[in-house]
Amino acid sequence: MELLLDVRDLCVNYKTYMGELKVLNGVGFSVHKGEKIGIIGESGSGKTTTMRAILRILATNAVIKRGEVHFIGNNVLKMDKKKLTEMRRRHVTMIFQDPTAALNPVFKVGELLADVVKYSHSFNAEKTTKQKLREISIDVLKEVALPDPQRVLDSYPFQLSGGMRQRVCIAMSLATARDLLIADEPTTNLDVTIQDQVLRLMKNLVEKKNLSVILISHALGTVRGTVDTVYAMYAGNMIETAPTEELFSNPLHPYTQGLLKSVPKLTGAGFSEGIEGRIPNYIDPPTGCRFNPRCDRALDICMKEKPQLLGVEDDKHKVACWLYSKR
Amino acid sequence: MRLSTYILKRSAFVVFSLIGLSILVFVMARVLPGDPARMMAGPRASQEVVEQLRKAMKLDRPLYEQYFYWVVNLLHGDLGYSLVTRRSITADVLEYLPTSLELIFLAAIFEIFGAFILGVIAGRYSYKWPDNVVRIFSYVGISIPAFVTAIILQLVLAWTFKVFPTSGMLSSTITKPPTVTGMLTLDSLIAGRLDAFADSMWHMILPAAALCMGGLLQDARIIRSGMVENKDKDYILMATSQGLPDRSVMFKYLLKPSVIPAVTVMGLDIAALLGNAFLVERVFNWPGFSQLGITVMMNKDLNAIVALVLVIGIIYAIANIAVDIIVAYLDPRIRLMERGE
Amino acid sequence: MQVKERIRRISVRYDLKRKWYRFSKSHLSMVGLVIALASILLAIAAPYVAPYPGHAGLTLNFKEKFLPPGLKYILGTDEMGRDVLSRTIFGFQYSLTMAAVVLGLVIPPGVVLGLIAGYYRGTWVDTLIMRISDIFIAVPPLVLALSIAAVLEPSVFNAMMAVSLMWWPWYTRLTYNTASALRNEYFVQAGEVTGASSFHLIFGEILPNCLGPILTKITLDVGWVILLGAALSFVGLGAQPPTPDLGTMVSTGANYMPDYWWISIFPAVAICLIILGFNLLGDGIRDMFVEEAR
Repeated sequence: MELLLDVRDLCVNYKTYMGELKVLNGVGFSVHKGEKIGIIGESGSGKTTTMRAILRILATNAVIKRGEVHFIGNNVLKMDKKKLTEMRRRHVTMIFQDPTAALNPVFKVGELLADVVKYSHSFNAEKTTKQKLREISIDVLKEVALPDPQRVLDSYPFQLSGGMRQRVCIAMSLATARDLLIADEPTTNLDVTIQDQVLRLMKNLVEKKNLSVILISHALGTVRGTVDTVYAMYAGNMIETAPTEELFSNPLHPYTQGLLKSVPKLTGAGFSEGIEGRIPNYIDPPTGCRFNPRCDRALDICMKEKPQLLGVEDDKHKVACWLYSKR
Repeated sequence: MRLSTYILKRSAFVVFSLIGLSILVFVMARVLPGDPARMMAGPRASQEVVEQLRKAMKLDRPLYEQYFYWVVNLLHGDLGYSLVTRRSITADVLEYLPTSLELIFLAAIFEIFGAFILGVIAGRYSYKWPDNVVRIFSYVGISIPAFVTAIILQLVLAWTFKVFPTSGMLSSTITKPPTVTGMLTLDSLIAGRLDAFADSMWHMILPAAALCMGGLLQDARIIRSGMVENKDKDYILMATSQGLPDRSVMFKYLLKPSVIPAVTVMGLDIAALLGNAFLVERVFNWPGFSQLGITVMMNKDLNAIVALVLVIGIIYAIANIAVDIIVAYLDPRIRLMERGE
Repeated sequence: MQVKERIRRISVRYDLKRKWYRFSKSHLSMVGLVIALASILLAIAAPYVAPYPGHAGLTLNFKEKFLPPGLKYILGTDEMGRDVLSRTIFGFQYSLTMAAVVLGLVIPPGVVLGLIAGYYRGTWVDTLIMRISDIFIAVPPLVLALSIAAVLEPSVFNAMMAVSLMWWPWYTRLTYNTASALRNEYFVQAGEVTGASSFHLIFGEILPNCLGPILTKITLDVGWVILLGAALSFVGLGAQPPTPDLGTMVSTGANYMPDYWWISIFPAVAICLIILGFNLLGDGIRDMFVEEAR
């Protein structure tokens, strides 16, 4: 399969008043054409930062220390403006976590959508008429199953419900994406009843357009039914990856094991267990493997050297843990 | 609610406030300690003179009667009779107010453009030197009262470096064009006298600059803060991630929400302009309503004081409605959300 | 110790330690604090610090009038031969006293009215109080202050009265905005349900949550009140000569520009300094009460 996205050794820091937050600590993963991967992990593990780095929309106080992000052979981090813009308009798109925050509150949906459509479609941006843009916008909204697209176009974001706003965002992404869709916790902020709807909508559209997907979630159930491969992330590192069912049935990393055990089950045992401790302080993170303070099976070497993501038996299931490396 | 409904509601509210204001000022003028007739006649005038004055000022009638007469006159456009200038207050107002309004308009234009330009530059280059310069100036500028700015500008640019004239409206060498609106600049244009226009503008620049400086810097800072704060908001990042051109993102999507808080403040800015004009005019000997006001206040001309306060109140109210309309136009949330939503 | 325990409790309840930490991190706020404190100290110690305290009052020293800044009179002398430095220092005293008096008069009734209006939001009490304050807000502050002062005899006292009379609605409005928003918060309703008296709810629950904006406004207002007082004096309606009020000094000094610039400029700088200090302080206080996001 063709390699679409290849992230290697990505290190990103945030500069704050209290010091520099060393969030991403050498993140590496890849997405192949047609593949759907999921990234799971706690809040604060660096999932969103990684995604933003890929599109280069990090916050002003972020610093990319080192690493490479290859998209179809080109290093995104070193791309010139023109290529980057083209990538954003045509190839890669992102759906944000909070649809309310993602839509500019003082503009009508129609205006926002028209701009997106104008710059991303294959015709010359100058030669389009407002009428045509509106037609295309209506079509796009119909694709995301929004009733009465005309009214939606003339509304302001705050006049729509949460579910509708997220559909609008999805519509915008689909207008731009041809290759890769990054969905950053797309349903977390929605009502439970709507979550399922939106998720199914996304799945349909992904199938229809044959997109590759990176789905981020801390809801394990969402990920399980949707993606082929899962990456588990902790404190700025990918610590385990495997095909979905393999990961869920045979987690190897202590963190992943703890994560899966903490999901409450309706049947069987009583309370679920959690994992001791909290995510590390990024200003002064633990040396070696960042999970070592919370790990009940930590070895001496865990505190000294960071383990690499390496295959265990086959190349599909990889873990970054000294328990499984030959040392 | 629709925009027009919103405007109507605001206007009704304002009219109500003005009525209340007129009653308030009226009552205060008549009720507060001190005998206005005595104050006006002076400590040495005889008791008869004071009594005569009191009759002339209608101070012997019951309060509500006085108010009634006053309102009736008001509705006829008659603001009353000034015992100081010895003519109708309306005439006084028509003579002095336009010159002040002229100044205030120019100051407002300076303020809007200046704040915009500075704010956007500071926001664009945030944390770099243009931003730091703007921020320092704004802290300092907010702390300097308008009349102090006026004195300093006059000292530096007029007395020392002779770039601008030190006072007055028109150089003595230029003849005044016929009075149409009472505003020298407009009258010059109407009469086709470009020399008078240029000269009067040149006289206006310094006082207008002094008037608007504090507000300008404050608004610039608000715009700058807005831009810096909104820069990292999701909706901006999303626009960038969709590949929209930088120019578009900055000047369309970032600017609009950032400017709105500044526009909201503009109502207060106008209040500041109206108030500060009083002081700045003194410094530059600008023959505006401050001249009228001071004379009238020093002489305890109650009718004139009340009329003046009301006129200024009306102007302020109209300006506020205008600002509210602009804000409602820019920010849909304000006009479309009912209170308590 | 009873007192120590009380102090400790208050600082925990109002989270003072963290607020101070936030405040002290901003250099500008600290500068503001220093300037503000220095001004207050100067105002208190004026008679002891000023080199020629007598010059603050009725002194005629025509032989030494219009002296430029020099060794004997560090900031020069004015048209009556009085030391500008001493008068400026006393000016601090006057201005800050005025600010203290006005704010002391204005804040209690203003805030209380705002709290009541907010608590009884939606009822006639609310409408009455807010409509009355709206009337005062309908006119630019300076104009209103001037007109009130104009109707009275020109004096410092009357100037203070004038400013107080038109200033209180701003506090009412500010408090009302916060109080009415908090009125229906759960913690207030919880209090109601458990039978707390209105008095306790207003002053014990709602008021502490309004303190942030109120405190900020107070510090910023010090500057504004001084400004207003200076403006009134500038126009001749406040302090009368020979009172060493900063505004009056700027005003009379303006007549001697540009030749004897020091008579006007130094008091003007003093005004600006006070306002700057309290503005920076006010900004710092506002930042103290900002919730830390993330």
